[in-house]
Order: sequence, then structure tokens, then C-alpha cells
Amino acid sequence: MTPADLLPASGPRRFNFAFLNEGAKREVRRALLKAVALPGHQVPFASPELPIARGWGTGGLQVTMSLIGPADVLKIIDQGCDGSVNAVNLRKLLVATTGVRTTSDSREATILQSRHRLPEIPLAAHQLAVLQVPLPEPLRLVEPSEVETRRMHSEADYARMWVSLYEDVVQNGAISLAAGYPCRVHGTYIMSPSPLPRWDLPLLDGAEHLTLLGAGREKRVYAVPPYTSVKPLEFEDLPFTVEDFGSAVCARCGSSGTFLDELYDEKTGAAFRVCSDSGFCDLVRAGVVPPKRKTAPAGRLAHG
Amino acid sequence: MGDTAASPAPAPDAVILAVENLEKRYGPGCESCLALTGPDHSTNVCPRCGSVTALRLISFDLREGEILGVVGESGSGKSTLVQCIYFDLDATGGRMRFDGQNDAADVTRLPRIEKRRLRGRLMGMVYQNPMRGLRLDITSGANVAEKLLEAEVFHFSRIRGRAQSLLDRTEIPASYIDWPPRTLSGGMQQRIQIAKALANNPPLLLLDEVTSGLDVSVQARVLDLIRELQREMGISMIVVSHDMGVIRLLADRTLVMKNGGIVEQGLTDQILEDPQHPYTQLLVHSTL
Repeated sequence: MTPADLLPASGPRRFNFAFLNEGAKREVRRALLKAVALPGHQVPFASPELPIARGWGTGGLQVTMSLIGPADVLKIIDQGCDGSVNAVNLRKLLVATTGVRTTSDSREATILQSRHRLPEIPLAAHQLAVLQVPLPEPLRLVEPSEVETRRMHSEADYARMWVSLYEDVVQNGAISLAAGYPCRVHGTYIMSPSPLPRWDLPLLDGAEHLTLLGAGREKRVYAVPPYTSVKPLEFEDLPFTVEDFGSAVCARCGSSGTFLDELYDEKTGAAFRVCSDSGFCDLVRAGVVPPKRKTAPAGRLAHG
Repeated sequence: MGDTAASPAPAPDAVILAVENLEKRYGPGCESCLALTGPDHSTNVCPRCGSVTALRLISFDLREGEILGVVGESGSGKSTLVQCIYFDLDATGGRMRFDGQNDAADVTRLPRIEKRRLRGRLMGMVYQNPMRGLRLDITSGANVAEKLLEAEVFHFSRIRGRAQSLLDRTEIPASYIDWPPRTLSGGMQQRIQIAKALANNPPLLLLDEVTSGLDVSVQARVLDLIRELQREMGISMIVVSHDMGVIRLLADRTLVMKNGGIVEQGLTDQILEDPQHPYTQLLVHSTL
């Protein structure tokens, strides 16, 4: 792309709708169709040059750009927050190139693009979750070769992934992975669920909505179709658990059953907790939805 | 982990592995490959098409509890044979059947994912070089665990317990379970390989030159261990070696291989005392 391409050729719009040209969108959509047909399988796609650096959400961005229409309502979050710098930048770009309406209320959104989190209120069947993925290959931890990891996926050769979990338990007494916890999708492929915290994995399992995951650096997409099982790897005698925040309560909305971030008071230095999902927190403060209360002693103990 | 051994024991002397005309060829191949290579021509390379016939017309039965020796010089196809059986390599012709496991069909054409499952259930392998059979940088316990996880045992305490008892059985001190094999001696690494190969209680154990490269006293201990395990567990084994001493000590029956083919097979004593094929005669006499 040359600077001349950025100048108006004729009329006011300087870009194709949603920035990508229609051919590039079709390429991503073709990969997405395959990804949905093979839950958890990573599908490569050809990616054009983009106006932001790879590794800054370009995977999710291209998925959104290839699917968004003028009637869509967009919510973009980073670490659960609508106001984080990455989310703000991506939102500005998408609004400038599409003119769609945006929202912070996850119930209103038709497309939710996110890094790190799913909203506390489960998405519905008509909503689409787009996740920005930094490391799409869950087996990269145990195998550096791409040829080899592809063979391992094709043969369901996952013993070494399990061995790494065994070693983790031996060394740390428990599986210490906090984010990107490996999951078996539809009983077949092992998938890295973006950098989602463990907390969000039960929200993916059997979810009503379609989840599309895009990795910009590796130029890969993968998907969790609606009503598809997403089971975190676990030993029979060491069940998977989600984060436990003890007796902590959100300082803004009073929720105890949400994923809580720890912040520090700038004056006193005292630590306090707030909801990671700022949109949800705002809804509680506005009295639109009730605060979420902690249910089980160890948080949401997932899976039966 | 007694439960994986719960499958009904085959009748005494039942054939557990039947190999029929197994063939492994590298290259395009032509009609003349089999006719122009092999022991009679002292070459594996087809003069017409240049393909290498690494294994040709290999047929034998392995019976329950039997130890089958495979001898031959370097390049005779011994390791290729066990690697084809273990599915490390895909055979290019012939058939293999595992009996007594409801898998009586030919397994050489199964998809890789099925071969992997079958291997996890039925076989263990000990390679000549521990670097091939072990991951030297993860702990010894994890190496044994890998075999159990391949066999789809996902119970942490049971995996840990089984690893502990196998390492104990192969005379690895208990505290070494969380040490990586890289920090241990060659003899210990070989015993960890044996522990790993036995983890899923396989009916068939493949041993490829297990004592080569070990000093004589360590060799003797590893061979003793193999004999004890065979007696205790009644496991069937295929023992590959170029060392006639190892074959004499372990094998009930022996195949002699040359240029990818079998030149002679029979009871080990018979082969050692009264070799028929000129090549076997050379092999036996050169070790005395």
C-alpha cells in the first residue's frame, strides 16, 4: 500500500467497508467455514497488510472485519475492560472504517471482540464472540516443530501435553497454568483457548454462541461452534478448578461471583478488587442487573 | 495397575503376533526388486530401479510368553523389522495380525491414529539409544507416565504409583523418580526405558540392541532383569541383537537376517550348535 492509496479517490470514503478488500474478507471467511466444520482445528489463511502491528489483536481484527455488516453492534474489550488502550484503538479503527454503533453492554452487542475475557453474562445464540489469540498452538509448549505439532494433532498424539501437566503437578502440587489452559474440543482436537483465564472456560463449554479465534502473527483461525463441548484437560483425581478470589468483593458493584482484578489505591496503597468485566460492573451500578454472588466455596467448580 | 492386565489370557502357546511377508521398501520399486535383491544377491539395492528393499518376505509367528531373537549384521534389517512392528515405520507390504486381542485383522494398513492406540495398548519398546526412547530433560517418572498417558490412563495418583513401582522393580532408587534421565548413568537410563516400556503391561515387548554400549557388568544386570521380568509377567519379546551371547542367554527361537531377508530360523540352541546356512555358520563361528 502506498500513501496515495490512503487519499480519497472519489467521494468521501477512503477505504473499503471494514478496511479489508472483499477478496481478503472472502479468504478469511473461507478459512472460518473450515474452522467451524472442524472444531478446535487451526486453519491457516492468507493475510493482507494491516494498519496496526501484528500481535496487537490483528487476528481477531481480521475476523471481525471479514464478518461485520452496517447493522452490527460492536463491543470490544481488553482484559474485560472497554476502556483499555488496545480495545480503544481497535474500536476506533473499526468505527472509522464501518461506522457501526458500539456499546459496552454485552447484551446489546452482535459482535463481541475480546482479548483475555468473555463477558460475565453468557452470550446468546445470535451473538458472535471473536477472540484475539497470541499463541494458537497449545502443543508449542512441548514441541517446537510445526511439522511435528501438526502430525501430533492429526494422530491425537497428546501424551506429551499430558506429560507436561503431570510434571506441573509433580513440581507445583497442582496444574499451575492460569491462562490458555489446554482444552479438548468436541472430544477431538486440543485447543488453546486464547489467553482466557480458567474462569471463562466453563462459559465456552456447550455455549449457545459461536466463538471464532484469530491469531494475527501466525495467520490462523479456529472456532468453537455453538453447543460444542470444551473440556479442560484434567486428571481423574485432580479435577479442573477455576480461580478462587476468597471472600473478595468488587469495590464498585459489590459482586463476589465475578472474575476480580486487583487494583491499588494510589494514595493509600491499599489493594482492592473490582470486576474485570467493566461493562457488567457498570450495569450492576446502574441497577440494571443484580450483582453476582459467589456460589460454591471454591468459585464455580466446573463440570459434571 | 492390574486392571489393564484383565483381558483374558490366550491359551498356552497361542500366537499373539503373526507376521506374513512383511516388506519395507524405500524408493519407487519395480517388478525385479524382490528377485534381484536379498541374501542371495548380497544387496538391498535393486540394480534396475535403485530402490532399497530393507525388509523382504519376513514371515514368523510369535507365541505367548516366547522370546524371539533376531540376529544379523549391521544393515540386515533387524531394527527396521522391530520399528515396523512398533509402527515407528510403516511397512510397504505384507500383513501383521495381533491375535487374542480382538484385533485379528491386518494392522499394517490401519490409519496412524489407530496404530498409535494399538501400540499404546499392546506394545512396549526399548531402543538401543535411550535418547530415542526417553526424553532426557523431563523427569524419569514423567517418562514412565508418558507411556501410561498414551494408554489413556488419566488418574494422577495411579500414574505416580505405577511409575514408582516400576522404577523400583527396575532397581532405580526411589528418589530418582523426579530426576531427569540426563543426570543418570547409561545403565540406569536403559532400565528407565525398560520401566517405561512395561508401564502399560504390554503383552509384547520389543528390545532393540538393549545392551550395546553398556559395560559388561551392567549388561549382565540388564539381561538378568529382562529374564526375571519375562518369567514374572510371561511377556512375549522380540530381542534384536548382533551379540550371539545375548541371543543365547535370552531367546527361545531365533531368526537370522541378511540383506533384509530371513536366511534361517529355528530353536536358538539348534541354530547355535548346528547352523545350516553359510551366513549363519559364519556368524556363529566368528563369535566364538
